[in-house]
Amino acid sequence: MSFREKSRNVLLSLSNQRFLFKELVKRDFKQKYKRTILGMLWSVLNPLLTLFVMRLVFLRFFGRSTPHYTVFLFAGTIFMSYFKDSTQNGMESLVYNATVLQKINIPKYLFIFSRNVSAFVNFLLTFLVFLFFCVLDRLPVTWNYLLLIFPILCATALNIGVGMILSCWYVFFRDITYLYGIFLTLLTYLSGIFYNVNEWGEYSKLFLLNPVYVLIAYVRQVCIDGTIPSLAMHALMFFYPALFLLIGALTYRKYRHEFIYYL
Amino acid sequence: MWAVSCENVSIRYKVGDFKAIGLKEYVMRRLTNNYRVQDFWADRDISFTLEQGDMLGIIGPNGAGKSTLLKAISGILLPYSGTIRTNGKIAALLELGTGFDVDLTVTENTYLRGAMLGYTEKFMKEKYDEIIAFAELEDFQDYKFVQLSDGMKSRLAFSIASLVDPDILILDEVLSVGDGAFRIKSGERLKQILNNGVTGILVSHAVEQVRELCNKVLWLDHGKQVTFSEDVETVCNAYEEYLTARTALPSDPVDFVRLSDSYKFRAQRRADIRTREKKRDIPSALSLLMEEAPEVINNDQAMSYLDV
Repeated sequence: MSFREKSRNVLLSLSNQRFLFKELVKRDFKQKYKRTILGMLWSVLNPLLTLFVMRLVFLRFFGRSTPHYTVFLFAGTIFMSYFKDSTQNGMESLVYNATVLQKINIPKYLFIFSRNVSAFVNFLLTFLVFLFFCVLDRLPVTWNYLLLIFPILCATALNIGVGMILSCWYVFFRDITYLYGIFLTLLTYLSGIFYNVNEWGEYSKLFLLNPVYVLIAYVRQVCIDGTIPSLAMHALMFFYPALFLLIGALTYRKYRHEFIYYL
Repeated sequence: MWAVSCENVSIRYKVGDFKAIGLKEYVMRRLTNNYRVQDFWADRDISFTLEQGDMLGIIGPNGAGKSTLLKAISGILLPYSGTIRTNGKIAALLELGTGFDVDLTVTENTYLRGAMLGYTEKFMKEKYDEIIAFAELEDFQDYKFVQLSDGMKSRLAFSIASLVDPDILILDEVLSVGDGAFRIKSGERLKQILNNGVTGILVSHAVEQVRELCNKVLWLDHGKQVTFSEDVETVCNAYEEYLTARTALPSDPVDFVRLSDSYKFRAQRRADIRTREKKRDIPSALSLLMEEAPEVINNDQAMSYLDV
Protein backbone atom coordinates (compact mmCIF):
# COMPACT_ATOMS: atom_id res chain seq x y z
CA MET A 1 0.00 0.00 0.00
CA SER A 2 1.44 3.35 -0.97
CA PHE A 3 1.82 6.17 1.50
CA ARG A 4 -0.89 8.20 -0.18
CA GLU A 5 -3.33 5.35 -0.05
CA LYS A 6 -2.46 4.75 3.55
CA SER A 7 -3.02 8.32 4.61
CA ARG A 8 -6.27 8.40 2.67
CA ASN A 9 -7.40 5.30 4.54
CA VAL A 10 -6.56 6.90 7.87
CA LEU A 11 -8.60 9.97 6.98
CA LEU A 12 -11.45 7.79 5.83
CA SER A 13 -11.42 5.79 9.02
CA LEU A 14 -11.29 8.95 11.12
CA SER A 15 -14.46 10.29 9.56
CA ASN A 16 -16.07 6.89 10.02
CA GLN A 17 -14.95 6.82 13.61
CA ARG A 18 -16.67 10.11 14.29
CA PHE A 19 -19.94 8.45 13.35
CA LEU A 20 -19.16 5.46 15.54
CA PHE A 21 -18.18 7.72 18.41
CA LYS A 22 -21.41 9.64 18.09
CA GLU A 23 -23.47 6.46 18.12
CA LEU A 24 -21.61 5.13 21.15
CA VAL A 25 -22.17 8.34 23.08
CA LYS A 26 -25.85 8.27 22.16
CA ARG A 27 -26.07 4.73 23.47
CA ASP A 28 -24.43 5.65 26.76
CA PHE A 29 -26.84 8.51 27.27
CA LYS A 30 -29.85 6.36 26.54
CA GLN A 31 -28.67 3.74 28.97
CA LYS A 32 -27.84 6.25 31.64
CA TYR A 33 -30.91 8.42 31.54
CA LYS A 34 -33.33 5.72 30.43
CA ARG A 35 -34.86 8.21 27.99
CA THR A 36 -36.53 10.25 30.68
CA ILE A 37 -36.19 13.86 31.76
CA LEU A 38 -36.37 12.51 35.29
CA GLY A 39 -33.28 10.43 34.63
CA MET A 40 -31.37 13.54 33.66
CA LEU A 41 -32.76 15.44 36.62
CA TRP A 42 -31.80 12.61 38.92
CA SER A 43 -28.18 12.73 37.86
CA VAL A 44 -28.07 16.36 39.03
CA LEU A 45 -30.23 15.73 42.05
CA ASN A 46 -28.05 12.90 43.27
CA PRO A 47 -24.90 14.97 43.96
CA LEU A 48 -27.08 17.70 45.45
CA LEU A 49 -28.58 15.28 47.93
CA THR A 50 -25.13 13.98 48.81
CA LEU A 51 -24.05 17.56 49.35
CA PHE A 52 -27.07 18.23 51.54
CA VAL A 53 -26.39 15.20 53.75
CA MET A 54 -22.71 16.00 54.10
CA ARG A 55 -23.47 19.60 54.96
CA LEU A 56 -25.97 18.50 57.59
CA VAL A 57 -23.44 16.21 59.23
CA PHE A 58 -20.18 18.09 58.92
CA LEU A 59 -21.24 21.73 59.32
CA ARG A 60 -21.09 21.37 63.12
CA PHE A 61 -17.58 19.96 63.13
CA PHE A 62 -15.78 21.67 60.30
CA GLY A 63 -18.11 24.45 59.20
CA ARG A 64 -17.33 26.92 62.00
CA SER A 65 -13.69 27.41 61.05
CA THR A 66 -14.34 27.33 57.29
CA PRO A 67 -16.11 30.28 55.68
CA HIS A 68 -18.53 29.58 52.82
CA TYR A 69 -18.68 25.97 53.93
CA THR A 70 -21.41 24.94 51.44
CA VAL A 71 -19.40 26.07 48.42
CA PHE A 72 -16.26 24.64 50.03
CA LEU A 73 -17.95 21.26 50.36
CA PHE A 74 -19.61 21.40 46.95
CA ALA A 75 -16.31 22.12 45.16
CA GLY A 76 -14.98 18.94 46.73
CA THR A 77 -17.94 16.67 46.05
CA ILE A 78 -18.44 17.54 42.38
CA PHE A 79 -14.86 16.94 41.37
CA MET A 80 -14.70 13.78 43.44
CA SER A 81 -17.91 12.37 41.99
CA TYR A 82 -16.82 13.32 38.48
CA PHE A 83 -13.62 11.37 39.05
CA LYS A 84 -15.56 8.45 40.50
CA ASP A 85 -18.22 8.31 37.76
CA SER A 86 -15.85 8.70 34.91
CA THR A 87 -13.19 6.24 36.01
CA GLN A 88 -15.65 3.59 37.14
CA ASN A 89 -17.53 3.84 33.85
CA GLY A 90 -14.32 3.80 31.88
CA MET A 91 -13.09 0.76 33.73
CA GLU A 92 -15.99 -1.40 32.54
CA SER A 93 -16.04 -0.11 29.00
CA LEU A 94 -13.89 -2.79 27.35
CA VAL A 95 -15.35 -5.76 29.18
CA TYR A 96 -18.88 -4.52 28.62
CA ASN A 97 -18.32 -4.54 24.86
CA ALA A 98 -16.53 -7.89 24.83
CA THR A 99 -18.93 -9.61 22.43
CA VAL A 100 -18.45 -6.87 19.87
CA LEU A 101 -14.70 -6.70 20.23
CA GLN A 102 -14.46 -10.42 19.57
CA LYS A 103 -16.25 -10.11 16.26
CA ILE A 104 -15.49 -6.74 14.76
CA ASN A 105 -12.17 -5.03 14.31
CA ILE A 106 -12.68 -1.55 15.76
CA PRO A 107 -10.40 0.77 17.71
CA LYS A 108 -11.13 -0.17 21.30
CA TYR A 109 -10.20 3.18 22.84
CA LEU A 110 -13.38 4.69 21.38
CA PHE A 111 -15.37 2.70 23.93
CA ILE A 112 -13.35 4.18 26.78
CA PHE A 113 -13.66 7.74 25.48
CA SER A 114 -17.38 7.55 24.83
CA ARG A 115 -18.05 6.54 28.42
CA ASN A 116 -16.23 9.66 29.54
CA VAL A 117 -18.46 11.91 27.49
CA SER A 118 -21.63 11.10 29.40
CA ALA A 119 -19.85 11.54 32.73
CA PHE A 120 -18.54 14.87 31.46
CA VAL A 121 -21.96 16.18 30.47
CA ASN A 122 -23.30 15.07 33.79
CA PHE A 123 -20.51 16.92 35.53
CA LEU A 124 -21.15 20.09 33.54
CA LEU A 125 -24.80 20.13 34.58
CA THR A 126 -23.81 19.83 38.22
CA PHE A 127 -21.14 22.45 37.72
CA LEU A 128 -23.77 24.97 36.62
CA VAL A 129 -25.59 24.32 39.88
CA PHE A 130 -22.29 24.84 41.66
CA LEU A 131 -21.87 28.28 40.05
CA PHE A 132 -25.40 29.10 41.09
CA PHE A 133 -24.48 28.20 44.68
CA CYS A 134 -21.48 30.53 44.49
CA VAL A 135 -23.81 33.39 43.61
CA LEU A 136 -26.26 32.38 46.35
CA ASP A 137 -23.44 32.39 48.86
CA ARG A 138 -22.69 36.02 47.90
CA LEU A 139 -19.26 35.21 46.57
CA PRO A 140 -17.97 37.86 44.16
CA VAL A 141 -18.19 36.22 40.76
CA THR A 142 -15.43 37.87 38.69
CA TRP A 143 -13.57 37.29 35.45
CA ASN A 144 -11.26 35.07 37.50
CA TYR A 145 -13.95 32.43 37.28
CA LEU A 146 -12.93 31.89 33.67
CA LEU A 147 -9.86 30.16 35.10
CA LEU A 148 -12.18 27.34 36.14
CA ILE A 149 -11.93 26.03 32.58
CA PHE A 150 -8.45 24.75 33.44
CA PRO A 151 -9.40 22.45 36.32
CA ILE A 152 -12.33 21.16 34.25
CA LEU A 153 -10.05 20.31 31.35
CA CYS A 154 -7.47 18.78 33.66
CA ALA A 155 -10.09 16.72 35.49
CA THR A 156 -11.37 15.37 32.17
CA ALA A 157 -7.89 14.45 30.97
CA LEU A 158 -7.07 12.88 34.31
CA ASN A 159 -10.25 10.81 34.23
CA ILE A 160 -9.56 9.59 30.72
CA GLY A 161 -6.01 8.63 31.65
CA VAL A 162 -7.01 6.78 34.81
CA GLY A 163 -9.97 5.23 33.00
CA MET A 164 -7.68 3.85 30.32
CA ILE A 165 -5.35 2.27 32.86
CA LEU A 166 -8.25 0.77 34.80
CA SER A 167 -10.06 -0.54 31.73
CA CYS A 168 -6.92 -2.45 30.71
CA TRP A 169 -6.42 -3.92 34.17
CA TYR A 170 -10.07 -4.79 34.47
CA VAL A 171 -9.80 -7.04 31.42
CA PHE A 172 -7.19 -9.11 33.22
CA PHE A 173 -8.45 -8.89 36.78
CA ARG A 174 -12.20 -8.53 37.22
CA ASP A 175 -12.02 -8.13 40.98
CA ILE A 176 -10.17 -4.83 40.84
CA THR A 177 -13.58 -3.23 40.69
CA TYR A 178 -13.96 -4.01 44.43
CA LEU A 179 -10.43 -2.99 45.26
CA TYR A 180 -10.93 0.22 43.34
CA GLY A 181 -14.13 0.87 45.28
CA ILE A 182 -12.15 0.68 48.50
CA PHE A 183 -9.46 2.88 47.04
CA LEU A 184 -12.07 5.47 46.07
CA THR A 185 -13.43 5.58 49.61
CA LEU A 186 -9.91 6.16 50.89
CA LEU A 187 -9.32 8.83 48.26
CA THR A 188 -12.56 10.57 49.24
CA TYR A 189 -11.36 10.88 52.82
CA LEU A 190 -7.92 12.03 51.73
CA SER A 191 -9.08 14.72 49.34
CA GLY A 192 -9.98 17.29 51.95
CA ILE A 193 -13.56 17.36 50.77
CA PHE A 194 -15.29 18.20 54.03
CA TYR A 195 -12.36 19.47 56.11
CA ASN A 196 -9.67 22.06 55.67
CA VAL A 197 -6.31 20.40 55.09
CA ASN A 198 -4.54 23.19 56.98
CA GLU A 199 -5.67 21.44 60.15
CA TRP A 200 -3.03 18.82 59.36
CA GLY A 201 -0.35 21.43 59.92
CA GLU A 202 2.98 20.56 58.42
CA TYR A 203 1.55 17.42 56.79
CA SER A 204 -0.90 19.43 54.71
CA LYS A 205 1.63 19.67 51.87
CA LEU A 206 1.30 15.91 51.38
CA PHE A 207 -2.19 16.47 50.04
CA LEU A 208 -0.64 17.93 46.92
CA LEU A 209 0.33 14.36 45.98
CA ASN A 210 -3.35 13.72 45.38
CA PRO A 211 -4.36 14.88 41.88
CA VAL A 212 -8.03 15.21 42.80
CA TYR A 213 -7.20 17.34 45.81
CA VAL A 214 -5.09 19.65 43.64
CA LEU A 215 -8.11 20.27 41.40
CA ILE A 216 -10.37 20.90 44.37
CA ALA A 217 -7.89 23.27 46.00
CA TYR A 218 -7.53 25.22 42.77
CA VAL A 219 -11.28 25.66 42.40
CA ARG A 220 -11.66 26.73 46.03
CA GLN A 221 -8.94 29.31 45.70
CA VAL A 222 -10.55 30.83 42.63
CA CYS A 223 -14.11 30.73 43.92
CA ILE A 224 -13.83 31.30 47.65
CA ASP A 225 -10.56 33.16 48.18
CA GLY A 226 -11.03 35.08 44.93
CA THR A 227 -7.31 34.92 44.14
CA ILE A 228 -5.40 33.52 41.18
CA PRO A 229 -3.49 30.32 42.05
CA SER A 230 0.29 30.38 41.82
CA LEU A 231 2.20 29.28 38.75
CA ALA A 232 3.47 26.25 40.68
CA MET A 233 -0.12 25.26 41.40
CA HIS A 234 -0.94 25.50 37.69
CA ALA A 235 2.09 23.42 36.80
CA LEU A 236 1.15 20.73 39.30
CA MET A 237 -2.43 20.66 38.14
CA PHE A 238 -1.37 20.16 34.52
CA PHE A 239 1.33 17.66 35.43
CA TYR A 240 -0.95 14.95 36.85
CA PRO A 241 -3.32 14.62 33.87
CA ALA A 242 -0.37 14.60 31.49
CA LEU A 243 1.27 11.86 33.54
CA PHE A 244 -1.83 9.69 33.77
CA LEU A 245 -2.72 10.18 30.12
CA LEU A 246 0.77 9.05 29.20
CA ILE A 247 0.64 5.99 31.44
CA GLY A 248 -2.87 5.24 30.18
CA ALA A 249 -1.84 5.48 26.54
CA LEU A 250 1.24 3.33 27.09
CA THR A 251 -0.73 0.71 29.03
CA TYR A 252 -3.35 0.59 26.30
CA ARG A 253 -0.74 0.35 23.57
CA LYS A 254 1.04 -2.44 25.34
CA TYR A 255 -2.01 -4.61 25.99
CA ARG A 256 -4.46 -3.78 23.20
CA HIS A 257 -3.66 -6.96 21.28
CA GLU A 258 -3.90 -9.13 24.41
CA PHE A 259 -7.42 -8.16 25.44
CA ILE A 260 -9.02 -10.52 22.98
CA TYR A 261 -7.61 -13.57 24.77
CA TYR A 262 -9.04 -12.51 28.12
CA LEU A 263 -12.47 -11.20 27.18
CA MET B 1 -2.93 -9.74 -8.37
CA TRP B 2 -2.72 -11.27 -4.92
CA ALA B 3 -5.42 -10.40 -2.42
CA VAL B 4 -4.58 -12.31 0.74
CA SER B 5 -1.28 -13.79 1.68
CA CYS B 6 -0.42 -15.70 4.84
CA GLU B 7 3.16 -16.66 5.46
CA ASN B 8 3.98 -19.09 8.26
CA VAL B 9 1.22 -17.67 10.40
CA SER B 10 1.15 -19.00 13.95
CA ILE B 11 -1.41 -17.95 16.52
CA ARG B 12 -0.94 -18.69 20.16
CA TYR B 13 -3.57 -18.69 22.83
CA LYS B 14 -2.95 -18.88 26.51
CA VAL B 15 -4.91 -21.52 28.35
CA GLY B 16 -4.99 -22.34 32.01
CA ASP B 17 -5.69 -20.57 35.24
CA PHE B 18 -5.38 -17.03 34.06
CA LYS B 19 -8.92 -16.29 33.01
CA ALA B 20 -11.26 -14.64 35.46
CA ILE B 21 -9.32 -15.57 38.56
CA GLY B 22 -8.99 -12.00 39.75
CA LEU B 23 -6.11 -10.15 41.28
CA LYS B 24 -6.37 -11.64 44.76
CA GLU B 25 -6.28 -15.20 43.52
CA TYR B 26 -3.56 -14.37 41.03
CA VAL B 27 -1.34 -13.06 43.80
CA MET B 28 -2.14 -16.09 45.99
CA ARG B 29 -1.33 -18.55 43.23
CA ARG B 30 1.84 -16.73 42.38
CA LEU B 31 2.90 -16.90 46.03
CA THR B 32 2.09 -20.58 46.40
CA ASN B 33 3.62 -21.28 43.01
CA ASN B 34 0.35 -22.67 41.80
CA TYR B 35 -0.14 -20.45 38.77
CA ARG B 36 -0.07 -22.40 35.55
CA VAL B 37 -0.46 -21.03 32.11
CA GLN B 38 0.13 -23.06 29.01
CA ASP B 39 0.55 -21.95 25.49
CA PHE B 40 -1.92 -23.35 23.10
CA TRP B 41 -1.18 -23.09 19.42
CA ALA B 42 -4.47 -22.44 17.68
CA ASP B 43 -2.69 -22.24 14.35
CA ARG B 44 0.80 -23.21 13.43
CA ASP B 45 2.74 -22.33 10.29
CA ILE B 46 -0.20 -21.65 8.04
CA SER B 47 0.77 -20.42 4.58
CA PHE B 48 -1.34 -19.71 1.56
CA THR B 49 -1.91 -17.07 -1.09
CA LEU B 50 -5.16 -16.05 -2.69
CA GLU B 51 -5.44 -14.20 -5.96
CA GLN B 52 -8.14 -11.65 -6.57
CA GLY B 53 -11.44 -13.41 -7.21
CA ASP B 54 -10.41 -16.63 -5.52
CA MET B 55 -12.78 -18.38 -3.18
CA LEU B 56 -11.09 -20.30 -0.42
CA GLY B 57 -12.85 -22.93 1.64
CA ILE B 58 -11.38 -23.78 5.01
CA ILE B 59 -12.28 -27.24 6.24
CA GLY B 60 -11.38 -29.16 9.34
CA PRO B 61 -12.99 -30.59 12.49
CA ASN B 62 -13.90 -28.52 15.54
CA GLY B 63 -10.89 -26.99 17.21
CA ALA B 64 -8.84 -27.02 14.05
CA GLY B 65 -8.17 -23.29 14.28
CA LYS B 66 -10.42 -22.16 11.44
CA SER B 67 -12.24 -19.37 13.19
CA THR B 68 -9.07 -18.18 14.87
CA LEU B 69 -7.41 -17.88 11.50
CA LEU B 70 -10.35 -15.85 10.21
CA LYS B 71 -10.10 -13.53 13.18
CA ALA B 72 -6.45 -12.97 12.45
CA ILE B 73 -7.13 -12.23 8.79
CA SER B 74 -9.87 -9.76 9.67
CA GLY B 75 -7.50 -8.04 12.09
CA ILE B 76 -9.31 -8.83 15.33
CA LEU B 77 -6.29 -10.61 16.71
CA LEU B 78 -2.63 -10.45 15.94
CA PRO B 79 -0.69 -13.57 14.94
CA TYR B 80 2.13 -14.56 17.26
CA SER B 81 4.48 -14.95 14.35
CA GLY B 82 4.33 -14.86 10.57
CA THR B 83 2.75 -12.23 8.39
CA ILE B 84 -0.72 -11.75 7.05
CA ARG B 85 -1.04 -9.30 4.21
CA THR B 86 -4.33 -8.26 2.74
CA ASN B 87 -4.95 -6.11 -0.27
CA GLY B 88 -8.21 -4.20 -0.15
CA LYS B 89 -11.16 -3.59 2.10
CA ILE B 90 -12.09 -6.54 4.29
CA ALA B 91 -15.55 -7.37 5.53
CA ALA B 92 -16.08 -10.19 7.95
CA LEU B 93 -19.46 -11.81 8.28
CA LEU B 94 -18.88 -13.75 11.43
CA GLU B 95 -21.77 -14.96 13.53
CA LEU B 96 -23.02 -11.49 14.39
CA GLY B 97 -26.31 -12.13 16.17
CA THR B 98 -24.64 -11.33 19.47
CA GLY B 99 -23.29 -8.04 20.71
CA PHE B 100 -26.39 -5.97 20.23
CA ASP B 101 -27.55 -3.78 23.04
CA VAL B 102 -30.70 -5.08 24.70
CA ASP B 103 -31.80 -1.66 25.93
CA LEU B 104 -31.73 -0.04 22.53
CA THR B 105 -34.41 -0.22 19.87
CA VAL B 106 -34.03 -1.95 16.53
CA THR B 107 -33.40 1.38 14.79
CA GLU B 108 -30.77 2.46 17.30
CA ASN B 109 -29.02 -0.88 17.19
CA THR B 110 -29.01 -0.81 13.40
CA TYR B 111 -27.20 2.52 13.30
CA LEU B 112 -24.79 1.51 16.04
CA ARG B 113 -23.90 -1.74 14.33
CA GLY B 114 -23.48 0.02 11.00
CA ALA B 115 -21.10 2.49 12.62
CA MET B 116 -19.16 -0.37 14.16
CA LEU B 117 -18.81 -2.01 10.79
CA GLY B 118 -17.29 1.19 9.47
CA TYR B 119 -20.15 2.48 7.35
CA THR B 120 -20.56 6.22 7.01
CA GLU B 121 -23.53 8.05 8.43
CA LYS B 122 -24.72 9.04 4.98
CA PHE B 123 -24.55 5.45 3.77
CA MET B 124 -26.52 4.24 6.76
CA LYS B 125 -29.23 6.85 6.25
CA GLU B 126 -29.58 5.84 2.63
CA LYS B 127 -29.64 2.13 3.32
CA TYR B 128 -31.63 2.04 6.53
CA ASP B 129 -34.98 1.22 4.93
CA GLU B 130 -33.40 -1.42 2.77
CA ILE B 131 -31.78 -3.07 5.80
CA ILE B 132 -35.04 -3.19 7.73
CA ALA B 133 -36.97 -4.46 4.73
CA PHE B 134 -34.44 -7.20 4.04
CA ALA B 135 -34.54 -8.30 7.67
CA GLU B 136 -38.35 -8.20 7.54
CA LEU B 137 -38.52 -6.07 10.66
CA GLU B 138 -40.65 -3.17 9.38
CA ASP B 139 -43.18 -3.58 12.17
CA PHE B 140 -40.58 -3.89 14.91
CA GLN B 141 -38.45 -0.78 14.39
CA ASP B 142 -39.31 0.77 17.74
CA TYR B 143 -39.17 -2.46 19.70
CA LYS B 144 -36.40 -2.87 22.19
CA PHE B 145 -33.98 -5.62 21.43
CA VAL B 146 -34.99 -7.76 24.41
CA GLN B 147 -38.35 -8.24 22.76
CA LEU B 148 -36.95 -9.79 19.59
CA SER B 149 -36.46 -13.47 18.89
CA ASP B 150 -33.03 -14.89 18.16
CA GLY B 151 -34.01 -15.40 14.55
CA MET B 152 -34.91 -11.73 14.16
CA LYS B 153 -31.62 -10.68 15.71
CA SER B 154 -29.48 -12.74 13.41
CA ARG B 155 -31.61 -11.66 10.43
CA LEU B 156 -30.92 -8.03 11.25
CA ALA B 157 -27.24 -8.74 11.84
CA PHE B 158 -26.93 -10.41 8.47
CA SER B 159 -28.91 -7.70 6.76
CA ILE B 160 -26.62 -4.94 8.07
CA ALA B 161 -23.38 -6.79 7.55
CA SER B 162 -24.17 -7.99 4.05
CA LEU B 163 -24.56 -4.47 2.67
CA VAL B 164 -20.84 -4.27 2.26
CA ASP B 165 -19.04 -3.82 -0.95
CA PRO B 166 -15.75 -5.37 0.11
CA ASP B 167 -12.69 -6.55 -1.77
CA ILE B 168 -12.28 -9.46 0.59
CA LEU B 169 -15.23 -11.19 2.19
CA ILE B 170 -14.84 -13.48 5.17
CA LEU B 171 -17.66 -15.87 6.01
CA ASP B 172 -17.85 -17.99 9.13
CA GLU B 173 -20.79 -20.38 9.07
CA VAL B 174 -23.15 -17.57 8.18
CA LEU B 175 -24.66 -19.27 5.19
CA SER B 176 -27.35 -20.60 7.44
CA VAL B 177 -29.28 -17.69 8.92
CA GLY B 178 -32.90 -17.68 9.92
CA ASP B 179 -35.71 -19.83 8.62
CA GLY B 180 -35.99 -21.51 5.23
CA ALA B 181 -37.23 -18.51 3.25
CA PHE B 182 -34.63 -16.19 4.72
CA ARG B 183 -31.90 -18.73 4.17
CA ILE B 184 -32.62 -18.72 0.45
CA LYS B 185 -32.70 -14.93 0.37
CA SER B 186 -29.44 -14.59 2.29
CA GLY B 187 -27.79 -17.21 0.14
CA GLU B 188 -28.73 -15.22 -2.95
CA ARG B 189 -27.42 -12.01 -1.45
CA LEU B 190 -24.11 -13.70 -0.71
CA LYS B 191 -23.79 -15.13 -4.19
CA GLN B 192 -24.45 -11.65 -5.53
CA ILE B 193 -21.57 -10.23 -3.50
CA LEU B 194 -19.29 -13.08 -4.44
CA ASN B 195 -20.08 -12.70 -8.13
CA ASN B 196 -18.81 -9.14 -8.01
CA GLY B 197 -15.28 -10.44 -8.19
CA VAL B 198 -14.51 -10.30 -4.50
CA THR B 199 -12.03 -12.62 -2.92
CA GLY B 200 -13.79 -14.87 -0.45
CA ILE B 201 -12.82 -17.00 2.49
CA LEU B 202 -15.42 -19.42 3.74
CA VAL B 203 -15.42 -21.61 6.81
CA SER B 204 -18.04 -24.27 6.70
CA HIS B 205 -18.81 -27.61 8.23
CA ALA B 206 -20.81 -28.47 5.15
CA VAL B 207 -18.24 -29.82 2.72
CA GLU B 208 -20.88 -29.63 -0.01
CA GLN B 209 -20.78 -25.83 0.20
CA VAL B 210 -17.03 -25.82 -0.21
CA ARG B 211 -17.26 -28.10 -3.25
CA GLU B 212 -19.91 -25.91 -4.77
CA LEU B 213 -18.43 -22.46 -4.11
CA CYS B 214 -14.67 -22.71 -3.74
CA ASN B 215 -11.77 -22.99 -6.13
CA LYS B 216 -9.14 -23.40 -3.42
CA VAL B 217 -9.23 -25.33 -0.21
CA LEU B 218 -7.30 -25.21 3.04
CA TRP B 219 -7.53 -28.20 5.37
CA LEU B 220 -6.61 -27.59 8.99
CA ASP B 221 -6.36 -30.10 11.79
CA HIS B 222 -5.47 -29.21 15.38
CA GLY B 223 -3.89 -26.00 14.18
CA LYS B 224 -1.72 -27.64 11.59
CA GLN B 225 -2.04 -27.18 7.88
CA VAL B 226 -2.84 -30.54 6.33
CA THR B 227 -2.89 -29.11 2.85
CA PHE B 228 -3.58 -26.05 0.75
CA SER B 229 -4.65 -27.00 -2.71
CA GLU B 230 -6.47 -25.97 -5.84
CA ASP B 231 -7.73 -29.49 -6.35
CA VAL B 232 -10.87 -28.94 -4.30
CA GLU B 233 -12.49 -32.16 -5.46
CA THR B 234 -9.70 -34.48 -4.35
CA VAL B 235 -9.08 -32.73 -1.05
CA CYS B 236 -12.77 -32.64 -0.15
CA ASN B 237 -13.07 -36.34 -1.02
CA ALA B 238 -10.04 -37.14 1.09
CA TYR B 239 -11.39 -35.06 3.96
CA GLU B 240 -14.73 -36.82 3.96
CA GLU B 241 -13.04 -40.19 3.76
CA TYR B 242 -10.80 -39.17 6.65
CA LEU B 243 -13.86 -38.26 8.69
CA THR B 244 -15.72 -41.56 8.03
CA ALA B 245 -12.83 -44.00 8.07
CA ARG B 246 -10.82 -42.26 10.80
CA THR B 247 -7.57 -42.89 8.98
CA ALA B 248 -4.28 -41.16 9.67
CA LEU B 249 -3.96 -37.65 8.31
CA PRO B 250 -2.71 -37.67 4.73
CA SER B 251 0.66 -36.08 4.24
CA ASP B 252 1.91 -36.52 0.66
CA PRO B 253 -0.05 -36.15 -2.58
CA VAL B 254 -0.31 -39.91 -3.00
CA ASP B 255 -2.18 -40.16 0.30
CA PHE B 256 -4.74 -37.63 -0.86
CA VAL B 257 -5.37 -39.49 -4.09
CA ARG B 258 -5.62 -42.79 -2.24
CA LEU B 259 -8.11 -41.38 0.26
CA SER B 260 -10.05 -39.70 -2.50
CA ASP B 261 -10.24 -42.96 -4.43
CA SER B 262 -11.46 -44.85 -1.44
CA TYR B 263 -14.05 -42.11 -0.87
CA LYS B 264 -15.24 -42.53 -4.44
CA PHE B 265 -15.36 -46.27 -4.01
CA ARG B 266 -17.41 -45.88 -0.85
CA ALA B 267 -19.74 -43.40 -2.55
CA GLN B 268 -20.16 -45.77 -5.46
CA ARG B 269 -20.98 -48.62 -3.12
CA ARG B 270 -23.54 -46.50 -1.32
CA ALA B 271 -25.16 -45.67 -4.63
CA ASP B 272 -25.18 -49.40 -5.45
CA ILE B 273 -26.88 -50.21 -2.19
CA ARG B 274 -29.55 -47.64 -2.94
CA THR B 275 -30.20 -48.93 -6.46
CA ARG B 276 -30.43 -52.53 -5.27
CA GLU B 277 -32.66 -51.45 -2.47
CA LYS B 278 -34.90 -49.70 -4.97
CA LYS B 279 -34.97 -52.82 -7.07
CA ARG B 280 -35.99 -54.73 -3.92
CA ASP B 281 -32.89 -56.85 -4.20
CA ILE B 282 -32.58 -56.84 -0.45
CA PRO B 283 -30.14 -59.77 0.06
CA SER B 284 -27.46 -58.33 -2.18
CA ALA B 285 -28.06 -54.83 -0.77
CA LEU B 286 -27.54 -56.34 2.67
CA SER B 287 -24.30 -58.03 1.78
CA LEU B 288 -22.97 -54.76 0.36
CA LEU B 289 -24.13 -53.02 3.47
CA MET B 290 -22.20 -55.47 5.67
CA GLU B 291 -19.09 -54.50 3.79
CA GLU B 292 -19.85 -50.84 4.02
CA ALA B 293 -20.86 -50.78 7.64
CA PRO B 294 -19.75 -53.83 9.62
CA GLU B 295 -21.23 -52.33 12.77
CA VAL B 296 -24.71 -53.05 11.41
CA ILE B 297 -25.12 -56.46 12.93
CA ASN B 298 -28.77 -57.17 13.48
CA ASN B 299 -31.64 -57.23 11.09
CA ASP B 300 -33.60 -54.37 12.60
CA GLN B 301 -30.72 -52.02 12.34
CA ALA B 302 -30.07 -53.09 8.79
CA MET B 303 -33.70 -52.63 7.88
CA SER B 304 -33.85 -49.17 9.32
CA TYR B 305 -30.58 -48.33 7.58
CA LEU B 306 -31.98 -49.51 4.29
CA ASP B 307 -35.21 -47.71 4.93
CA VAL B 308 -37.40 -50.71 4.14
